[in-house]
Amino acid sequence: MAQGQRIERFGLIAGFLAIPALAVGLYLGLAWAPPDAMMGNVQRIMYVHFPSWIGTALSYLTAFICSIAYLARRRPTMDYLAHAGVEVGVLFNTTGLITGSIWGRPTWGVWWTWDPRLTTTALMLVIFLGYLAVRAFLEDPDTRARIAALVATIGFLNLPIVYYSVRWWRTLHQPQSSPETVDPQIVVALRVMMIAFALLAAYLMSRRYILARLEGERERVELEPEAQGG
Amino acid sequence: MTRADFRRAWAVAWKDLLTERRAKAAFNAMTFFAALMLFTFGFALGPDAPGTPGQAGGLLRHVAPGLIWVAILFSGVLAVDRSFQLEAERGGLEGLRLFPGDRKAIYFGKLCANLIVLFALEAVLLPIAAVLYSIDLWPRLPAVAAVTAAGSLGFAAMGTFYAALTVNLRARQVLLPLLLFPVLIPVVIAAVKATTLALHGDPMGEFGSWMRLLGAADVLFLTVCAWTFEFVMED
Repeated sequence: MAQGQRIERFGLIAGFLAIPALAVGLYLGLAWAPPDAMMGNVQRIMYVHFPSWIGTALSYLTAFICSIAYLARRRPTMDYLAHAGVEVGVLFNTTGLITGSIWGRPTWGVWWTWDPRLTTTALMLVIFLGYLAVRAFLEDPDTRARIAALVATIGFLNLPIVYYSVRWWRTLHQPQSSPETVDPQIVVALRVMMIAFALLAAYLMSRRYILARLEGERERVELEPEAQGG
Repeated sequence: MTRADFRRAWAVAWKDLLTERRAKAAFNAMTFFAALMLFTFGFALGPDAPGTPGQAGGLLRHVAPGLIWVAILFSGVLAVDRSFQLEAERGGLEGLRLFPGDRKAIYFGKLCANLIVLFALEAVLLPIAAVLYSIDLWPRLPAVAAVTAAGSLGFAAMGTFYAALTVNLRARQVLLPLLLFPVLIPVVIAAVKATTLALHGDPMGEFGSWMRLLGAADVLFLTVCAWTFEFVMED
């Protein structure tokens, strides 16, 4: 369990660093940085919205890599990590969609539009919610890990083609602002929040991993009572 | 894949089609369901709802490509759902696994059978849609057939894969569409767009690019699913 302890320690360090980073980032974003020239204070939701997508990307990427690793090597650790990645990814994905929707209402005038990035990220959420649903319906740990890994792999590989097809379909989302056109104070606040959310995602994933490992151990004990008793 | 694998794939496909031809269990229910959907859309949207200004026909005719593809997806999922079910119920899946040779042969065999059933469904469905939504199908048939074939290939490629993946799941009938439809969105978008252009005219010459997107999705789906099918058929 050396690897498990490493993940645990790494997660704790990330968690301790995330607390001051979040505090500083929120202060910088909500008080220190100037309001946006066009959108005013509405723009400040970006300090939560955009970092959420950093957390989403990091978590889903972890899930994808761990799923491939599981299919190759069949280590339960990789399955636990993939599960943790998807669950934390779904959390940040939802946060990103909700904050984006709240921002979209005063800015675009609608809660929802069929823009490529919105549509792709919403589909991403559905794909990975499907992953969690599949896990809930399978009892055998090995079968569950294998099928879940396949669902995550195919779902992730499909994302670019989903994105390009929806982008061809229609486009409205403003292109990302490049750091040169934005006030440097906004850039600093945003960077701090991005780092804070990445640390938060790492911390949450490590906690979820520990939980998944405990669940896995409990399952093994339940499935093989004689092995435990003898 | 070797020649023997192609023979194995064809044997699997032939067996499935023969079972289907004799029982007609999936096909009849599926076709009836699809036709009923096309009929119900008429009530849901209303036959008199106005279409786009400047274009002939009402709303139903205008959105017909989307309605046709929704009907194909929702009824087609019943067909792909059954494709591993017969074997799973009687323990035949064990037998299939025990056969020598590449497991991809099973995938391509099942895919081939699903595709032929889908084509048969569409051969019934398209004329019904043409009559109900007053579409002049005959002169546009080659383009529509090409889109339908490419769209069905993508659908069957993913559908067969996910059907094998969910075959032993308790809530299979809910989970299969839940997993399948989100990943099929590129195929849906491209197929509906290309069908619309084929049926309602294509002033900007976009048909080719949507067909290329559809082809790219087909190739990607087939490659990824064939590669990873080995992992699906374990244990």
